[in-house]
Amino acid sequence: MLKLEKVSKTFNLGTVNEKKVLHEINLELEEGDFVTIIGGNGAGKSTLLNMISGLYPMDCGVITLDGEDISLQPEYQRAKKIGRLFQDPMLGTASEMQILENLALAKRRGKHRGLSWGVSKSEKEEYYELVKSLNLGLENRLTTKVGLLSGGQRQAVTLLMATLQKPKLLLLDEHTAALDPATSAKVLSLTEKIVNEQNLTAMMVTHNMKDAIDIGNRLIMMYDGHIIYDVRGEEKHNLKVSDLLKKFEEASGEEFVNDRMLLG
Amino acid sequence: MGLFYTYLGAVDLGLIWGFLALGVYITFRLLDIADLTVDGSFATGGAVCAVCVLNGIHPILAILASIIAGFIAGAITGLLHTKCKIPAILAGILTQIGLYSINLRIMGGRANLPLTTANTLFNDIATSLNINKYYVTFIIAILFVMVFIAILYWFFGTELGSSLRATGNSEQMARSLGINTDTMKLLGLMISNGLVGLSGALNALYGQATDVRVGTGAIVIALASIVIGEVILSSKKNNFALSLASIVVGSIIYRIIVAIVLQMGLNTDDLKILTAILVAIALTIPVILGKRRQISTYKKLTGKEIDKNA
Repeated sequence: MLKLEKVSKTFNLGTVNEKKVLHEINLELEEGDFVTIIGGNGAGKSTLLNMISGLYPMDCGVITLDGEDISLQPEYQRAKKIGRLFQDPMLGTASEMQILENLALAKRRGKHRGLSWGVSKSEKEEYYELVKSLNLGLENRLTTKVGLLSGGQRQAVTLLMATLQKPKLLLLDEHTAALDPATSAKVLSLTEKIVNEQNLTAMMVTHNMKDAIDIGNRLIMMYDGHIIYDVRGEEKHNLKVSDLLKKFEEASGEEFVNDRMLLG
Repeated sequence: MGLFYTYLGAVDLGLIWGFLALGVYITFRLLDIADLTVDGSFATGGAVCAVCVLNGIHPILAILASIIAGFIAGAITGLLHTKCKIPAILAGILTQIGLYSINLRIMGGRANLPLTTANTLFNDIATSLNINKYYVTFIIAILFVMVFIAILYWFFGTELGSSLRATGNSEQMARSLGINTDTMKLLGLMISNGLVGLSGALNALYGQATDVRVGTGAIVIALASIVIGEVILSSKKNNFALSLASIVVGSIIYRIIVAIVLQMGLNTDDLKILTAILVAIALTIPVILGKRRQISTYKKLTGKEIDKNA
């Protein structure tokens, strides 16, 4: 489904601030894999996702998605196959546009955008039911501008948008990190539900080790631009947070001192 | 009666320059780009139209040619911005400066062209129907405004138009939904300058002359119209067609203000500083009002708390 071969990225190449964030990453995802990615700050988790989505170009390597080499495709072209959620809830939606309009824009991901109406009548009913399934009471506010919604509501809408047109790959970059614990849990369970229902292939960056263990069928740990641990299936589900900490210490030779990851 | 015609003339001019304001609204508000091409493309619209009618081409075709000239001017700024990655403001300035020479070329090396001998639409219709020119202009300009607002309303409701609005509102989202944001910016700049070219053409026909400097400060006048229009509409319900109409109304009000101050004896040389001050004040008022509202709310709520605790 997704294959990364020797993908590398260095920021500020040739300056004193030069930082190699990804070292020849090799990774292969099966269809239906739901991978959680953990690692300390600066490990390269977000950069890995950004390389796949094409947010900025990679230095070298090959990325193949669904049999197509997307290494040199611009971001908007890759977006035809990739659904994305950002850490910042403001990034995934257009605040000055209605909920309906946002959904309609997402519905046309990968499709031709021509001169027919931006939101057709039949779509409105479809979206009503869909938004109702979020259980946030937003179905009666479909013509509200998204800017008036809370961060959690916006992230829930963005989740719908990313999966409205079934993506080949769903990229979740700490998409619940900016939300309060209750909202975060809600958005996370919604994520699981949608990924399972549609049998999506997904990658989720998280700082919460427990979530990383509980969710998905595969877990990847990153450190300093390398994948240092890759575990799946039964073995993954039997993991404990303490196992992950030990793993990290073994690989990095330092203690895992990040309150956010321990307490999360 | 003379005074009445003065103000009807101001309304006419407001309608004609309303297209300029509509064009700037597309870039400034919808795309969130400050496009300074307009000072050049307004004059280009006038120059192209003037040369066309002087060569016996029908004014309607001349207007179309001006719109196309505007498209091209917008496309140049768009390509400089999206392909060459030049910041939008600078890209606009480069095109604007370049257009000054181009406009002189179009006008055959002359800084101004009188059109008294040519068919300038408004005048000819006025003469043939024996109605005053101001009325004729008013009716034609109103028709033009209605047609173009309808087209814009339709366009920005389509898939393509929505994508353009999404690009201006949330570029990262637009790209993540597969929208080619560079194409959208290019398209927006073209449509915007097409409207500006139209405005320049109508202005040349109406004034029966055009000048290579006619566009100087056009961007500021457009902003004044937009700001005035938004102040009028601020309390009303949000409807896109209404927003567009209010900008044209803003343009008319601006012209009436100008007519009034000129009537009061202001030197025309001082118009530009007046406009600049007007825009600065209009942009400042909402900030001051917002701050005052916040302070008065704070005082009210805090005062109550203190009373309760006393």
